[in-house]
Amino acid sequence: MTVRTAELLMGIATLVLSLGLMYNVWADGLRVDWVDGRGPGAGVWPFWLSLGMALASVATLYRWYSGATPESRSDAPYIDKDTLFLVAISAFAIFALLVMMTYIGTYLALMIFMFFFVRVLGRHSWGVTNSFVIGTPIFIYLLFEVALTKYLPKGLPFFEEGFLWIDNFRYEWFY
Amino acid sequence: METILVSLGGGLMQAFEPLNFFMIVAGCLAGLFVGCMPGLGSVNGVAILLPITFLVPPTAAIIFLAALYYGAMYGGAISSITLGIPGASTAVATVFDGRPMAQQGKADKALMAAAIASFIGGTVSIILFTLFAPPLAIFALKFGPQEEFALMLLAFATFIGLGGDDIPKTIFSILLGLVMAAVGFDIISGQPRMIFFDMVEFQRGIGFLVLAIGIYGIGEMLWTLESTKGQIQMHKVSMTWARMKENFGEIKLYINSTWLGSFLGFFVGTLPAAGATPAALMSYGLSKTFSKDPDSYGKGNVAGVAAPEAANNAASTGSMLPMITLGIPGSPTTAILLGGMIIWGLRPGPLLFQESPEFVWGLIGSMYVANVVTVLLNLALIPVFIRVLAMPFTLLTPIIFVLCVLGVFATTDRMFDTWIMLFIGVVGYLMRKLNYPVAPAVLAIVLGPLAERSMRQSLISSQGDVTTFITRPISLTCVLLAVLLISYPLIQKVVRKRKAAAAG
Repeated sequence: MTVRTAELLMGIATLVLSLGLMYNVWADGLRVDWVDGRGPGAGVWPFWLSLGMALASVATLYRWYSGATPESRSDAPYIDKDTLFLVAISAFAIFALLVMMTYIGTYLALMIFMFFFVRVLGRHSWGVTNSFVIGTPIFIYLLFEVALTKYLPKGLPFFEEGFLWIDNFRYEWFY
Repeated sequence: METILVSLGGGLMQAFEPLNFFMIVAGCLAGLFVGCMPGLGSVNGVAILLPITFLVPPTAAIIFLAALYYGAMYGGAISSITLGIPGASTAVATVFDGRPMAQQGKADKALMAAAIASFIGGTVSIILFTLFAPPLAIFALKFGPQEEFALMLLAFATFIGLGGDDIPKTIFSILLGLVMAAVGFDIISGQPRMIFFDMVEFQRGIGFLVLAIGIYGIGEMLWTLESTKGQIQMHKVSMTWARMKENFGEIKLYINSTWLGSFLGFFVGTLPAAGATPAALMSYGLSKTFSKDPDSYGKGNVAGVAAPEAANNAASTGSMLPMITLGIPGSPTTAILLGGMIIWGLRPGPLLFQESPEFVWGLIGSMYVANVVTVLLNLALIPVFIRVLAMPFTLLTPIIFVLCVLGVFATTDRMFDTWIMLFIGVVGYLMRKLNYPVAPAVLAIVLGPLAERSMRQSLISSQGDVTTFITRPISLTCVLLAVLLISYPLIQKVVRKRKAAAAG
């Protein structure tokens, strides 16, 4: 896909988004005008701003049509193969991290995530890999759960219960 | 003046309290690290590390983040000079002469000049900040909702008029940020709004940090992966005490450019859309214009390193002036700081000087200390940071991604927000590739609730009369300036066409 095509598609997407937001306000039955005794309705702000977004999108599409933007004149690839690989693999890795955090818990997910980046993608030595795979969850546990007292997701009950012994150990020995 | 000095004395005392001083050192170190990493800058560092600052009291937290902001400005020069890749956009101009100097084997000279210029720029701007902030805050106490709204309008207009980006795309970005800020319950009627697909998670709204970390954490890293592809070439630097002394003696070669950058940077930094990047570029341009040897710029003139470095440091302090006194951030980084202050339970704006003087003066005092600490750490640790720069992206990237994900989760306690962050990060990256500016959206989501509240309060008090924004002198001035700024690109276009027609 060229940059020119990408700009057209993005312009259409932003226009559809803007119209969708306006529809959302209307569908929720929010007033987009003056309400006697109460002032501007709850829908005034999002509705009229979304209209502004729609107009800005139309302006972008018009500028694309008339070749006014540098992007509309560019036939270069929007994302080259190397970039697509790097970006897609990174985005997918984060996606997988979030899924894994939900099911197997933060710490196991972190270990797999770090292994993937450090060993599989980075091809670092086993020493470096192990230090990151083990060190990261420990650092995160100390920072978030001990210092910030934030309970990070532990996954399904099976994994959560398995992890409880670490918390129990900490509370027994340090509090 | 006496009151300012007394308050400043108190602020300095606060800065030297053990916890605060530790936060200054930690912030400067973190900032130097973040600043020197290609693709990362103060805004990324502040966005990613903001959730961690909830560990300490607000004063210590803002001190840490302000020091980080400062350190990042210093650190940006390291990668610009040794790698030829700016740590952040604020250090782009430093590459112009810093890189040729490194290629000529004068990287140490360039790094030394950058550090000294940054220190002078920082010092000048903090003094100006101390002098301007209290009177501006007193003046701003006259502001009602009309003035507040007009001022925010002015802030957004600055992005349109002076941002230099595609105008319809800038407007879209601003409006998108404002609409995203409206997701959740209406601030006045309490009615639920923009609850997409009836998902209850949207009732709590979209936090500014989710957007900021999405864009500046995930999106920025994707952008950096694309632009560097992990292939960087570093120039060697030999820093010895004798060389440092020798380089220090050459300060006269760039002192004029440094003064120019310092004053220009501060005032440009106070403008909402401007910030450190245009300040550094303008400073470089003016320094070249006024130079006796303009042809040497771009070929390794040390003044070409000093001018933008002084300016970007001065601008970082300058951008805090409207944030503290008016509640309007002067840069994306200060927009995130402002959001953080709201989370900490503070109310940025003129009342901050009255309600939380210890917070404001503690911050100002810490800025003086941070400036000294950063220059010392910078000079002492340049060899260490150069080693850090050699760190492969496959080690740095996952750590940043993990901090982004867990930082968002720790702030909101919801996995839902981490999904939104990922979505925003990827979409933000794709939009940025098409020249959609992202900074206005971050500013807008922070200012959105304040802007809506002040607009509705103004209209309620005037019974729906929109002329309320132009019947009060301060508000009228802001509105007129906003109109002027919005029409500025159009005026420029007309003037250019007429000139071309006259020439043709």
